[in-house]
Formats: sequence, C-alpha cells, structure tokens
Amino acid sequence: MAVATQDTAVRTGRITRTFIYVVLIFFACFYLLPFFIMVVNSLKPLPEITGGNMMALPKEPTIAPWLSAWSTAQIGVEATGLKPYFLNSILMVVPAVAISTVLGALNGYILTKWRFRGDTILFGLMLFSCFIPFQIVLIPMARILGILGLASTIPGLILVHVVYGIGFATLYFRNYYAAVPTELVRSAQIDGAGFFQIFWRIMLPLSGPITIVCIIWQFTNIWNDFLFGASFAGSNPPMTVALNNLVQSSTGVKEYNVHFAGAILAALPTLLVYIVAGRYFVRGLMAGSVKG
Amino acid sequence: MASVHSTAEPDFRTKLQDWLPKLVLSPSVAAMVVFVYGFIVYTIYLSFTDSKMLPSYDWVGFKNYATLFGLSAWSTALVNLAVFASLYIVICMAIGLLLAIFLDQKIRGESVLRPIYLYPMALSFIVTGTAWKWFLDPGIGLEHTMHLWGWESFKFGWIKDRNMAIYTLVIAAVWQSSGFVMAMFLAGLRGIDNEMLKAAQIDGASNWQLYRRIVIPLLRPAFMSAFVILAHLAIKSYDLVIALTGGGPGRATELPATFMYSYTFTRNQMGVGAASAVIMLMGVAAVMVPYIYSELKEKK
Repeated sequence: MAVATQDTAVRTGRITRTFIYVVLIFFACFYLLPFFIMVVNSLKPLPEITGGNMMALPKEPTIAPWLSAWSTAQIGVEATGLKPYFLNSILMVVPAVAISTVLGALNGYILTKWRFRGDTILFGLMLFSCFIPFQIVLIPMARILGILGLASTIPGLILVHVVYGIGFATLYFRNYYAAVPTELVRSAQIDGAGFFQIFWRIMLPLSGPITIVCIIWQFTNIWNDFLFGASFAGSNPPMTVALNNLVQSSTGVKEYNVHFAGAILAALPTLLVYIVAGRYFVRGLMAGSVKG
Repeated sequence: MASVHSTAEPDFRTKLQDWLPKLVLSPSVAAMVVFVYGFIVYTIYLSFTDSKMLPSYDWVGFKNYATLFGLSAWSTALVNLAVFASLYIVICMAIGLLLAIFLDQKIRGESVLRPIYLYPMALSFIVTGTAWKWFLDPGIGLEHTMHLWGWESFKFGWIKDRNMAIYTLVIAAVWQSSGFVMAMFLAGLRGIDNEMLKAAQIDGASNWQLYRRIVIPLLRPAFMSAFVILAHLAIKSYDLVIALTGGGPGRATELPATFMYSYTFTRNQMGVGAASAVIMLMGVAAVMVPYIYSELKEKK
C-alpha cells in the first residue's frame, strides 16, 4: 500500500465506515430515483400508470410511448412529435458550441499571452456578463432580432447563444492558459512565430482537457436553455420548449408515459455527452477551471 | 524604391502582429459591449419610461419602481426568492460538503458513485421539473404509491398546497445542483496538503477537530465559489418554476424571473417588467461584483 495518496489522512473505524457507505448509497438512490421512475413509466401503457404503482416494473412493456413522443404526439397545433424540435436543437447547438469555443480559446490566449493595458478590467466585465440574469437583455434582444430579421429563426438563437456563451468560454480558457509558461510564447516569438502560429502550434496542442470542459459546459447550457428558446424561437422552438408544451398542454388525457419518453429524449444528448466525457469534465474542474 | 519597400514591409508586419491580438479580440468585445452592457443600459432606460406592449420613450421617472414595489405579486416573488434561495444554497452546500467529505475517505466504488451524484446537472430544469412534478403529485406519485404499499395515512401534497409548494421547488433544485457542489468541494479537498493533516493528527487532533479546525477553514474558496454560483442560479431560476408548478398554485411559487416574464410579455407592462429585471440585476451584482473584484485582485 502506498502511503502517499491524494485522499486525506483521516482514518476511520468500522462503524463509521459502514455509516459512510449507508449515507453515500442513500444519496445515490435519491439521485437515481427520478430517472428510474421516468424510464420505467415511459415503457408502460397508460392504464398501468394511472391505476398502478410508479415503482413497479412494466407488466406489459411497450415502446409505443417512445414512438409517439418522437413522431406523432401533439405539440402545439400539430401532431409532429418531438422530432422536428430535436433537429432544431441540434442545428442550434452545434454551431453555437463550435463558435463560442473557438472564440473563447482565442480570447483566453490573448488575455493571458498578449496582455495590454486594461485587459484585467475587460476580463472582469466579460466575467460579470456570464452571470447577468438574462431577463435584463430579453426586451432589447427581442427588438434586435426583429430588426436583423432573425426573430423566430435558428440563426437568431445561434447568435444569442454565441453572444452569451463567449464569457464562460473565455473564462475557462483564460484560467487554463494562465498556467502555460509565458516563456514558451516569448521564445517562439523570438524564433519568428506569429500570433496565429503560436496559437496553432503551441497553445492548441495543450488545450485538450479545457476544450472538452468548455464543450461539455456550452453544450449542456445551450441544449438545456429554455428562456431564450421560449422568448425568441417563435414557431421554431428547440427541444426544451417543445417538451414543455407537450407536458403542459391541457387538451385531452394526460399521457404521462409519452411525457416521460419525451423528457428522456430531451435529456439524452446531454446525458450521452456526460457519460462519454463526464470524467474529463470532473478532471478539468479539479485542474482548476473552477477555483476551489 | 525597392529598399524603401523592404524596410516598410517588416514594419507593417510587426505592426500587424501588434494589432492582431486586439483585432481578434474585438468582435467578442464588441458583442459584449452591445449585447450585454448596451442592452443593460437600454433596459434600465425602459424601466424609466411608460412602455406597455411596445417600448415607448416617454420618461416617467421612478413611477414603474413605485408601481413594482406596490404590487403584492412582486412582494410575493421577493419573499419566495428569499425562502427558496436561502434553503437552496444552504441545503446544496450541506449535502455537497457531506458527500465530498465522505467520498474523500478512500471509498470503494467512488468512480461509480461520483457520476451518479453528478448526472442531474446534465439535465435541463425542464426535464427535472417534469420528473419531479409527477413524482410529487399526490394522485399518482409518492403519496399514491405509499397508499398502495399499505401506508394509508401517508400524506404528501406539498405541490398542491399554497404554503408548501415553494419547498417542492427547493427539493427539485437541490436534486439538480447538489452533485455539482459536491464536485467543487471534492476538488477543494483533493487540493489540501496531506502532510499538514498528518502533522495535526500526530499532535492528537481527532477527526472531528481535524475537519472543523483545519479542513473546513481551508475550503473557504470552494465555499465562496459554490455560494456565488448557487446564489446567481437562484436569482435566475425560471425554467424549473415553469416546468414544476407554473408559478402556482395561485402565486405560491412566483419568483422575480417569472414575474418579469409575465409582466413584460403577457401583461403588456414592459416598463414594470424592465424595472423588475433591473432589480434582479442589482441582486446578482451585489453578489458577483465583490467576488469578481477579489478574484481579479488576488490573481495579479
């Protein structure tokens, strides 16, 4: 057994350890319960939900609710299912994440390696812009999108998400690049490398972990956004807004099983990203992108 | 000519190299100036006008703010926010700290548990709200299930109860964010120097003393970060309310964010809506500005 581990040096007795495990497992159940219930009930026919027990496994499992949620459920006036809105979300999230991440990387590089007068103040302003309540920009944003002819369009939403995503992307890359020795950049400059060459050859190859953190963060935020989608998307809303319309619609019988299938569909992309790359996210967090 | 050209060209190139960083940065800065600070100024301006359904530019002074603070819906929203935010922040931090400390004890299966704690933060509040709304519904959710299991007297109808509905928001929000707080505390714990703890142990400190006197004080920066992030999330909370309770029953779960939206876009009182957005911004600024100031100062 290695003596030096990253864990704290605390030693615990057997009873304490049992207690710790009980608490940890209890919380694991607490976190898993809602998702378990959603999955189980999305596979039941409706009578089995309304008359039955939400914790019970489906007696006659069916994927009909999933098919309905995807392609035939009534959302708003039309019975299109969530499919077109899912596509809206994809068309919105991919360019918005790509653009904001690239800009964030360049900004972070400039703010740490090409410092100029007032750069700290500029960064401070950018940092604050990450945390503003978006209610403060809703009214003018609606006007500007109207003037630009981008109201109710996917490009309009891409613009909104890029604009309000730059701050966090810059924050991540700046904090990360701050740890890259500036001498590296200086010596490359002396060797005649220019601004973009240094970025391309030196900074970018080092950027793997933070790029993953940034992409996960932006992807999750933009995919999960509801406020901007509900405010600006008009008849072209993203997945979250469509899901809310589906669940809140007051006409007819509440098809809980379809709602759950829809909710899981809306959650699937971020869950997938999280499952595939979540490890790197935690590692990136621990590497100091959030000060702790 | 040729010689003039050859000396001018490197000059131009060096100049370009000097300007390039600023040039590349400028679109982001321009976007920030217009879309963040320009828009803030515009909304502040609107809050002093008699804008109704559309923006108007007739100056009315502080009238909208007077109206706002005279509205019982706004006081309800502020009280609800105070209740929601304080419970949300305190409970998230308590659970986050507990889980982080426990997970830090060389736990078998940490790699299984950690993602389980963290996954809710990957879900949107709309999904979270949908799931919890159903789970908390007395007719088909938890209460119904307990009855089926034979606990006939079990009652859990908070979501339909005016006085308790706000706490259902806390439950769902804590479920969504506490894992993330755990990760922040865990990052903080893993950054603490083990040698110092061992030295304290040799001096005879118990585990309890170790945590209370040394570890928790050392986690101060993590506490600060967690507080700031949770506080601003609480002030911005909108999606969860829409999905979980829609602000009801009655106005029992109205928050400033839902108030702003309904007054601006459905009640055609844009001036009042803008004023409420300004108050929200001031709330966030009160938390964020000192934090950002100390962060940037410290880094120099």
